[in-house]
Formats: sequence, C-alpha cells, structure tokens
Amino acid sequence: MASKSRISRRTFTAGIGAAGIVAGTAPFNIISAQGAPLKVGVLLPRSGAQAGIGQDCQRGVDVTAGLLKDLKLPALQIMNGDTETNVEVARARAERLISDGAQLLVGAFDSGQSTAIAQVAEQRGIPYVINIAAAPPITEQGYKFVFRNFPTAGRILADAFENQIEIFKTTGNAPKTAVFMHVNDTFGTAMQKGFTGVMGKFPATPYKVVETISYDGTARDLSVEVAKAKATNAEALVMVSRLNDAILITRELVKQRWSPKAILSMGPGWYEDQYIKTLGKLSDGPMHFAPWYDPNKKLAKALDAALAKAHPGINMNTNHVYTFEALLVAADAYKRAGSADPKALADAIRATNIKDNVSHGPGIQFDAKGQNEGLRNSAFQNRGGKLVTIAPATASNAKPEHPMKPYDKR
Amino acid sequence: MTTEVVLKIAISGVLTGLVYGLMALGLSVIFGVVRVVNFAHGEMMTIAMYLVIVFFSALGLDPFIMLVPVSAVLFALGYLMQRAIINPFINRPEHSQFMLLVAVAIVMVNGLLLIFGPDSQGITTSYSFDSFDLGGVIIDAGKVYAAIAALIVAVALFSFFRLTLTGKAIRACADNYNGALVVGLDVKRLYSLTFGIGAACVGAAGTMLMIVTDVTPAIGPAYTLLAFVIVITGGLGSMPGAIVGGVLIGLTEALGGFFFTPSAKTMFSFAILVLVLPFRPQGIMGRKTA
Repeated sequence: MASKSRISRRTFTAGIGAAGIVAGTAPFNIISAQGAPLKVGVLLPRSGAQAGIGQDCQRGVDVTAGLLKDLKLPALQIMNGDTETNVEVARARAERLISDGAQLLVGAFDSGQSTAIAQVAEQRGIPYVINIAAAPPITEQGYKFVFRNFPTAGRILADAFENQIEIFKTTGNAPKTAVFMHVNDTFGTAMQKGFTGVMGKFPATPYKVVETISYDGTARDLSVEVAKAKATNAEALVMVSRLNDAILITRELVKQRWSPKAILSMGPGWYEDQYIKTLGKLSDGPMHFAPWYDPNKKLAKALDAALAKAHPGINMNTNHVYTFEALLVAADAYKRAGSADPKALADAIRATNIKDNVSHGPGIQFDAKGQNEGLRNSAFQNRGGKLVTIAPATASNAKPEHPMKPYDKR
Repeated sequence: MTTEVVLKIAISGVLTGLVYGLMALGLSVIFGVVRVVNFAHGEMMTIAMYLVIVFFSALGLDPFIMLVPVSAVLFALGYLMQRAIINPFINRPEHSQFMLLVAVAIVMVNGLLLIFGPDSQGITTSYSFDSFDLGGVIIDAGKVYAAIAALIVAVALFSFFRLTLTGKAIRACADNYNGALVVGLDVKRLYSLTFGIGAACVGAAGTMLMIVTDVTPAIGPAYTLLAFVIVITGGLGSMPGAIVGGVLIGLTEALGGFFFTPSAKTMFSFAILVLVLPFRPQGIMGRKTA
C-alpha cells in the first residue's frame, strides 16, 4: 500500500506560521533572557581529599544571592557540580553542566581541575570565571572564554616575600634558615618552581632555604616528611599545602617535639576553620601569605556580616571571598551584557571594572589574557581561633606576633 | 642525617606496618578460606573508623575500649555480607564476584558520604600528641599502642586458627573443600564465620588507625589497594605473610620517603611488590601451588 502523506495543507500552513513566529521573536530571546536568572555551574571539590575546602567555598556561594540583591545585580541560578578532587571528573562534570544548560561556569579551587574545566569551557564557548587557582599557565593559553580573578603563583610569592620582609622588620626578629615543604599537585609544583626565582628578587629576605621537601597531599601519614624537615634544624617552616595535610603536619610537629620559630604558609590549609577547630590552641601562630581581603572595604564588611549570619562561628577567608567575587563578576557581566549569549557574556566580563569589591587591590579588571593583574596578597595570622590581617600595614588590623609560641608551652 | 633520625623513621615505619598488616590479615584470611577477593576491604575499614568516631563523639570512649565492640559490629557485617550477598555468588565466575564486591564498595563509600559528609574527621585522645624519647629517638606513642594492639589481635587470631575446633574446621575448609563437605562440615556457615573474622580484623585495624590518622569516605579504595599490595607481597592466603608484608611495606615507604623523595614513597611499596613477584610469585610466605 502506498504511504499517505500525513502533512495536510492546513498543518503545513500552521507550521510555516509557527516557524515565522519563532523566527520573528528569535532576536528577542537573548534580551528576554535578562529577566531570567543566569544559569551558573559552580564546580567545586565537594568530596575527595579537598572536600573540606570545597565545602568552605560553598559557604561563599550560599551568601551570594542576598548580597547581589543588595547590589541590585541580577539573580543567578546556581547549578552545583562536584569535581571529587579529580581532574578527569572535573572535566566530565563541566561537560555535563554545559549540556544541562549552564550559561557560565565558576570554580574549581584547584589548578589541575581548573585547567581541565578551562579546556572544556573554551571548546564549548562558555565563559568560565575561576574562583581559586594560581598556576600561571591557565591564563597563558590565549583562551577567549576563561577569566581568573585570583593572583598567579608568581604574584603570591612576590607579595609573600614583600610582606615577610615588612613583618620581620616590624618584629625585629627573623629566622635565618627555613625548610620549604610543598604538596606535589599542580598548585604546589607551580609554587615550588617559582619560589627560588622570586626569592632571588627579594634580597632582603632574612632566611636561607636549607631543604625543599615535596610530599603527597593525600598521604595518610606525614611523619617521615616532618622528621626530614626537623633533621635540618631550620628555624622556620615555609609551607605550600592543603587542609588535611596541614592538620597532619601540625600533629607531627607536636609529636616530634619541633616548634619552628615561624610557620610561613603560602597556600591554603593553615587558616581554614576546620584546621582551627580540629587543633584548637595548637592552631595559633602560623602566618599566611595568600590572596586575602581588605578588611576595611565596604563590601568586605557586608560579606563578613552575611557569612556570620549564615554560618555563625566561621571566619571569613580566601575561599569565601574569591568564590563570592567570581559570582559577583558573573552577575555584573550579565547585567551589562543584557544577555546570556556566551560571547556577549565573555565580552562583558572582559570589560569588567568593579571598584567596590572585597579582595585586596584596586578592584576587579581583566587584561587581554583574562587575568586580574591588580590583585594583591596580604599576610594574616591565626590568633585565638581568629584570623587577623598583619601586613601590609595599609590593609591590616593587627600587629604580627613573632616568634611563634612553642607547642609545649601552650 | 643522624642515626637517631633514621632509627626513628625505621621504627615508625615498622609500627605503622604492623597496623597495616592487621588490616591485610583480614583480606588474607578471607581469600585463604573463602577464595573470594574482597574488593570492599578498605571501605569496610572506613566503616569501622567512622564507628570509632561515632562512639568517641557520643560516649567519649577510648579507641582501645572500642576495639572489641567495633570488631564485633564488623564481624556481624562480614557474616551477614557473606550469607546474604556473597554466598549466592560463590560458584559463579571470578569476574562476577569482583564486580559484586566493587559494587558493594561503591555503595559503602557513597553511604558514608551521605551520612558523614566529605570532610576529614578524626579523634583527639589524651595521648594523641604524646611521644616517647628513647635517648634522642622520638617515637609516636599512639603508633606504639596501636602496633601493640595489632600484634595482640594477630596472635589471638593465629591461636584461634591453631587451637580451637572451629579454627581447625575453617582451615580444613581452606585445605580441601570437598573433603570438608564429606566429613559433614557446614561449609557455608564456616565461610560466613571466616568472612566475619576477616571483617573483625579490619574493624580492629580501623580502630587502631584512628589513633594515628583521620578518615574520609574517599580513603577506602586507597586502603583496599594497600591491603592488596601487602598480601600479594607477603603471600596471598598466608596469615604470617600479611604481617610480614605489612611491616615490609611500612618500613620501605618510611625509609624510601626519607632517603629519596617523600612524595614518591608509595612508589617504593609498589617497587617491592614488583621485586618480590619475579622471585617468589607466591609471595614471601605464600605456599607454592601446583
């Protein structure tokens, strides 16, 4: 039997009419999207070795909606993704979020995971705002859709040495020798590669590095690493670590009866709330040289207040600040672009000029590579379960305490 | 580098290795008798570690007091697992058994994630930060206590298999399955008992490990892998082999990390495995099979 066409003249005409309506309104689709929230895929290591930090970054996400409303910025629809602290999972989750409709990506705390997400974002042409990741190559690839509002390893190191010189000058007491211990992941290796070179540009640095020890951040036991560091009799411990390893190392320092004069941390871990809660009075003393916030800025105070309300007892830190700022960049760009079109969003992000922000520095602007080069780093210290900013003097709220009180005298 | 430092690291490696050995002992016992490779071994240990955290937070009990109850809970878990899940697979191809236990492991990890969240958790006892100073050699007190407990549990287990009727019956099942059936042994029940005993070993090891380290749900697979490395090095199915393998791996990781680079210390344990297998394919203390 010959098949009979199912399309009648009437349905054909109706189809043409419908197509015409769709075609006629298509140019307005992008504009009308402004009324809807921007779909933002937030990729964080919510499980695995970096879970504690990923969850901490999430606190920054939690308070963003209210603050954006106060700033009269458009709302964001957050789509959560878990990288499981794994580069390949990060890549797959980024693909998945884009397929599920994410119009912009934010994340992912870790340089290795962020590198993988950047590749996906660039291939798929979806804007990606990195919250935290310091490995320089990410913004050296000529990407058009990748933006980073976080200092690179070189900037962190340069500011760290500058702030250390200021601190040791203020206290009149400086360590002569140090051991440099770092995790062997992408961030730790980038910091290690830059460390010696950047240190050479700061001849006033008072200490000499007598040993460099690389370790696995997911190790179950770091007694060997600490024993090796202690054997050098160095006066200071320079650290680039994560959270769990920072806790393990502190425990080992106490058990192996070694109290360095100073612990100088150039990465996360030692200032996290979980570190402070787990170790109590043993958490006091480490100084951090990291991307931070200017406690005197208006938005910093607003973010601090919002966090205190949403998460009582939590100290505001890098994770909250830079995750919030990444979302701030997204909302600000969406407002100016007037569209969720990826290219329009990327162009708007490139033209970002936010002066009223939280982090230390002149504000948020991106260069042609998508990097915010204006960011500066601060020095801060654990004191009685709180974090106080100790340098530079122009953006601080406390004086440094050095040398550190020995563990057995607490 | 002073002799004291090297000695300290070597002792620390041996002590950690003894606890690892106890963990691997469970795997070896299960394989030696039931002939099932437990791919959920590390995950079962993380369950024990979380039980310690629950008891510690709720009742403030010291891990040494929790050793028996946590092992008992793990024994029950292992016994039930064998009876309800593994026994129906006992005559199926090995790859079916592997997939079954991998699936069980995934369920365990995600269950722990749901209940306890992804954060690392630990306990702080009155001796958590204690150490002994033996003429300049500083030894972690927690590791000493944990290793002693591991040795006691291992000796108790050896005695059970050597001296009790049930232990001898289990060994009979391991030596000759058909023979055991012919003489009227309830092999299925003995298998369940063996899986329970292996799980109890893991429970004891997990309890001891909580004295020296923290736990996250994601750490299970790493312990499973470590247990495999230890039992294959020591000899799959050999109980003394598991302890010897644990000590060897602990010592190798510690000294390898100290003299070379700490970030590659896991590499040394795999290197030992690679070195042992060509010369002793059955492992250091394993029996040659025809």
